Amino acid sequence: MSVGLAAVLQAAVLAAIVAATAGPLGNHLARTFTTDRDLAPERWIYRLGGIDPRADQRWTSYLISLLAFSLASILAVIAFLQLQAHLPLSNGMGAMPFHQALNTAISFTTNTNWQSYSGEAAVGHFAQMAALAVQNFASAAVGIAVVAALIRGFTRERTDRLGSFWVDLVRGVVRVLLPGAAIAAIVLVLGGVVQNLDAPHEITTLTGGHQQLLGGPVASQEAIKELGTNGGGFFNANSAHPLENPSPFTNLFENALMLVIPFGLVSAFGVMVGNRRQARTVSLVMATILGLMVLGTTVSELAHPGTASQLAGAAMEGKETRLGVPASTLFAASTTGTSTGAVNAAHDSLSALAGGALILNMGLGEVAPGGTGSGLYGMLILAMVAVFIAGLMVGRTPEYLGKRLGPGELKLIAGYILVTPALVLLGTGVALAFDGPTSSILNSGPHGLSEVLYAFTSAANNNGSAFGGLTSATTFYDLALALAMLLGRFLPIVLVLALAASIGRQGRVPVTAGTLPTDTRLFAGLLLGVVLVIAGLTYLPALALGPLAEGVR
Amino acid sequence: MTALTPTLLRASIPGAIRKLDPRQMIHAPVMFVVEVGSVLTTVLAIDDPSAFTILLAIWLWLTVLFANLAEAVAEGRGKAQADALRAARTSAEGRRLDPATGAEHRVPAAELQVGDHVVCEVGDVIPSDGDVIEGVASVDESAVTGESAPVIRESGGDRSAVTGGTKVLSDRIVVRITARPGETFIDRMIALVEGAARQRTPNEIALSVLLTSLTIIFLIAVATLQPLAGYSGALQPVVVLIALLVCLIPTTIGALLSAIGIAGMDRLVQRNVLAMSGRAVEAAGDVSTLLLDKTGTITLGNRQASEFIAAPGVEPLELAAAARRSSLADETPEGRSIVVLAEQQLTAAGRTPETVGAAAEFVPFTAQTRMSGLDDEGRATRKGAGDAITRWLAETGDGLPADVQEAANEIARRGGTPLVVAERAGASDPARALGVVHLKDVVKPGMRERFDELRRMGIRTVMITGDNPLTAAAIAEEAGVDDFLAEAKPEDKMALIRKEQEGGNLVAMTGDGTNDAPALAQADVGVAMNSGTAAAKDAGNMVDLDSDPTKLIEIVEIGKQLLITRGALTTFSVANDVAKYFAILPAMFAALYPGLDRLNVMGLASPESAILSAVVFNALIIIALIPLALRGVRYRPASASSLLQRNLAIYGLGGLAAPFVGIKLLDLVISQIPGVA
Repeated sequence: MSVGLAAVLQAAVLAAIVAATAGPLGNHLARTFTTDRDLAPERWIYRLGGIDPRADQRWTSYLISLLAFSLASILAVIAFLQLQAHLPLSNGMGAMPFHQALNTAISFTTNTNWQSYSGEAAVGHFAQMAALAVQNFASAAVGIAVVAALIRGFTRERTDRLGSFWVDLVRGVVRVLLPGAAIAAIVLVLGGVVQNLDAPHEITTLTGGHQQLLGGPVASQEAIKELGTNGGGFFNANSAHPLENPSPFTNLFENALMLVIPFGLVSAFGVMVGNRRQARTVSLVMATILGLMVLGTTVSELAHPGTASQLAGAAMEGKETRLGVPASTLFAASTTGTSTGAVNAAHDSLSALAGGALILNMGLGEVAPGGTGSGLYGMLILAMVAVFIAGLMVGRTPEYLGKRLGPGELKLIAGYILVTPALVLLGTGVALAFDGPTSSILNSGPHGLSEVLYAFTSAANNNGSAFGGLTSATTFYDLALALAMLLGRFLPIVLVLALAASIGRQGRVPVTAGTLPTDTRLFAGLLLGVVLVIAGLTYLPALALGPLAEGVR
Repeated sequence: MTALTPTLLRASIPGAIRKLDPRQMIHAPVMFVVEVGSVLTTVLAIDDPSAFTILLAIWLWLTVLFANLAEAVAEGRGKAQADALRAARTSAEGRRLDPATGAEHRVPAAELQVGDHVVCEVGDVIPSDGDVIEGVASVDESAVTGESAPVIRESGGDRSAVTGGTKVLSDRIVVRITARPGETFIDRMIALVEGAARQRTPNEIALSVLLTSLTIIFLIAVATLQPLAGYSGALQPVVVLIALLVCLIPTTIGALLSAIGIAGMDRLVQRNVLAMSGRAVEAAGDVSTLLLDKTGTITLGNRQASEFIAAPGVEPLELAAAARRSSLADETPEGRSIVVLAEQQLTAAGRTPETVGAAAEFVPFTAQTRMSGLDDEGRATRKGAGDAITRWLAETGDGLPADVQEAANEIARRGGTPLVVAERAGASDPARALGVVHLKDVVKPGMRERFDELRRMGIRTVMITGDNPLTAAAIAEEAGVDDFLAEAKPEDKMALIRKEQEGGNLVAMTGDGTNDAPALAQADVGVAMNSGTAAAKDAGNMVDLDSDPTKLIEIVEIGKQLLITRGALTTFSVANDVAKYFAILPAMFAALYPGLDRLNVMGLASPESAILSAVVFNALIIIALIPLALRGVRYRPASASSLLQRNLAIYGLGGLAAPFVGIKLLDLVISQIPGVA
């Protein structure tokens, strides 16, 4: 089979899986966040936590609950990582340095899963399961809760009550993530991913040498790592590690896991606002961007300039030969498009333009289709920007889904689109301005610049994948990237919840022939243009000095 | 409308320079950034002069100046009008009546207080706004409305309001002053046309927020580019970074934003509508329900004859001739319309309308007979309501034939007014019914098309009438309005507005009477007729000086045009950035990374020329778009989808393409300048 055909087939199978699951999953998600009925385990949790499941929180209270929960999560993860020497199943791992523990704690609670540490060398089984895996569930559920609250802002009238954060959190975990991860983990185990609580095995290699082989609760972690768009690998090599991702089948399965909830949430959005065409338009834009990124990276890898790669038939450096180029670029585009950050190839070794495409894919704001919850709320914000500009061009005060976008709303929207680019560019600028941070760079010239740009783009957009090359386990990068992750996650959430309240307080403008239709292909084209132009203009100068300088000859 | 004449341009230059004051510039954050950039560039150009830096400094200043010029020109257009108004105001003096003695004292208009009574006689200029409390006079309001025909103002009723600065042409009136000094209608008009009272509207604020945030993003992108460039080994001159920044931030829309707002208000003034706030103009674009009074707006003021229905055995033309005869001396509009219709039909059939004898005697309408007609040499012709004619017929002969009665009922059912025509040929002859005249409300020509147009724009029209539901339904059907409110009382109108607003609709209406005032105040766009009462004018947020209720439709279009112009220029401005990157990025970095020269798709001559071309284009496009900002983007009523498609194609795709051409052409010129090439 030719590489081109393999690429098309894999992409087609992936698209079919996502398309087939989006509808049913969307219905399930919509029911999850609209029903009045609690399941038995949920009632136990509410009783245990003293939560009134029928409380309808005002946006401020919703936000405070969310921030308090996230702060507690950060502190808990730091504690686990610092105290793991005293915990069981730690395989003798000692306390993580504070700046690294702080970075890791923020990373996992912000759904970023940037890994400044090396999994097999720094974190024991207990901390993997009790701290990191728990946050894989919780941080994904927090993102889903925020988008559920935003959708309620659209569907409700004359109220700034957005539902209950605690109920949204619990339901997201109990009804969506736990069952999904359980099924996925079983499939992965069947596909050959390891799952045990063993101490490292000593094995003798073919040449007679000795090697430590570490197993662990990998499959269970792998499942939520992809499903919750987390991306933090059990092993340092992440999904390129044969025990995390043994075969082309598990690879495609893991790839699909990243995409199902983000696209399912779009479908749920259509159900909840009572207009599936709106959801299809949003999905179309997300899928188009993802498709463009897959196409761009694959073509760039297959074009393989240079003698070595021509002999190999493609740019094979940094890729698993058992997976091949198409599976690597498909995975790379998906992981950067979903804010997952799992990798099955070294992004550092991709051709310069493909690497640039991945940076841009994250820089778009993680909206194609983005992380669990965060992707949809990011795209809805951009849709509102598109509506604002285009809405003026039809001669009306712009409105989206019956909600007017006035000065109050625009302040929040403008703040949202400002936060991540500011974090990325300021972070990169500061790092490159000083000798200390620049000494962490492995490669010289534009490729070195790409390493730093990639790191801050990944952190501020809560992606978590690393380009490689950059020695990021330094105090500067641990703290700077932690700050980028923290602000890149919670500032937008504050703005989104405030916006949800602001539109929730409004009535609803009826749809007339004078209303800008937001469920047409024309609007999809416009939204695509807004997403690409706003991010493109922001990042082009930086990309020009990194990937473009390296890749355009 | 003259958009931009050289005289106006020249007259606006001093104003544009005055606006360079940073305390004023800060209100337009995008242009403020450009001004700061200009100052910095100037300092750097003085410090290290070169053709490139000097030209750059000059063109950055021009960018700021052009923006100020746009605003100054927009304001300048209102100045002439304001001066004329001011002349009318300053010369006024009032003859105040002493409330105790009734004696007159001459006082300057500025000293008149609310509640004072003043006397105005032939030739007097009314000193301030007020209500006529005594007398009736004809008044020349041309100073305010531009309309030379005098209007009647009288105490009581809906025509009691007078405006300061207008002139009494006949008779004597006593006016109670209703406006505080300096807050009269003319004062407000002056402030409005000069733009002094202009406050930024919600949508304008929202757009500024977006533009400011884009400016901050680009500021960060350019500021952080320096360490990136430094790391790469190509630190950039600060002037180049400033040039890049100015090209990227949305200067086009930032420069024209306030001009667009002022020009929008001005377009209303040109149509003799005064909007008391820009917010109302914007709301006009959002209106989704239009309440229109039937009489005078949808229909002509009076009922008119539309057809003759002859009784069995009567020639249609015989009926027409009789109907004409019965109305020859009838001076009511209905009577005249019968004569006109009959003569049309007779002439069309080749018959000359007959003349009547000198002895013919007009029988006027009375409340008792409820008929009118003509007695001519023994022949008596009558027209009137069915029951009145039935009684007349019964005096000399039979009653009303069943067919005629049925025809009259049918007309009534369709919302019209039936008039039965009967005749007695001689004193001894029996009277007989000849047929029925159908009188009906006549919908103004072109209204149906306008309502169709409004429907396509997504605006629902509701007709308000005091008629019974049957009549109202018939007229609503004929005019093509979407809905009607029959037997409407002021409180019904109010309730309807509330109901529409609760459903999320924005409501516009017109009114002139004091009893309209609450509804005018409640409506999102309330247009008071200038001929109306002071209460109505105070309650509404716009006043139509022509007192033309159909103007509401134009007001909606102007509101939409205002928003479209903003959106179109924003789109254009942002789309422009793409080409500027292709000019400036290779200019900055191609020396370091030769591969990046492939981005120089325009093939610009040199880095300096490329950067200058982009900056010059950026400045010139502001001047080029001033006429569009003042005139507004052409608006044709259409659905939102087709408007979006059209404007996206023009301003989105056009905005992408135009600078590629413009910058290339400028580069061809600029690269010839010594020291730049």
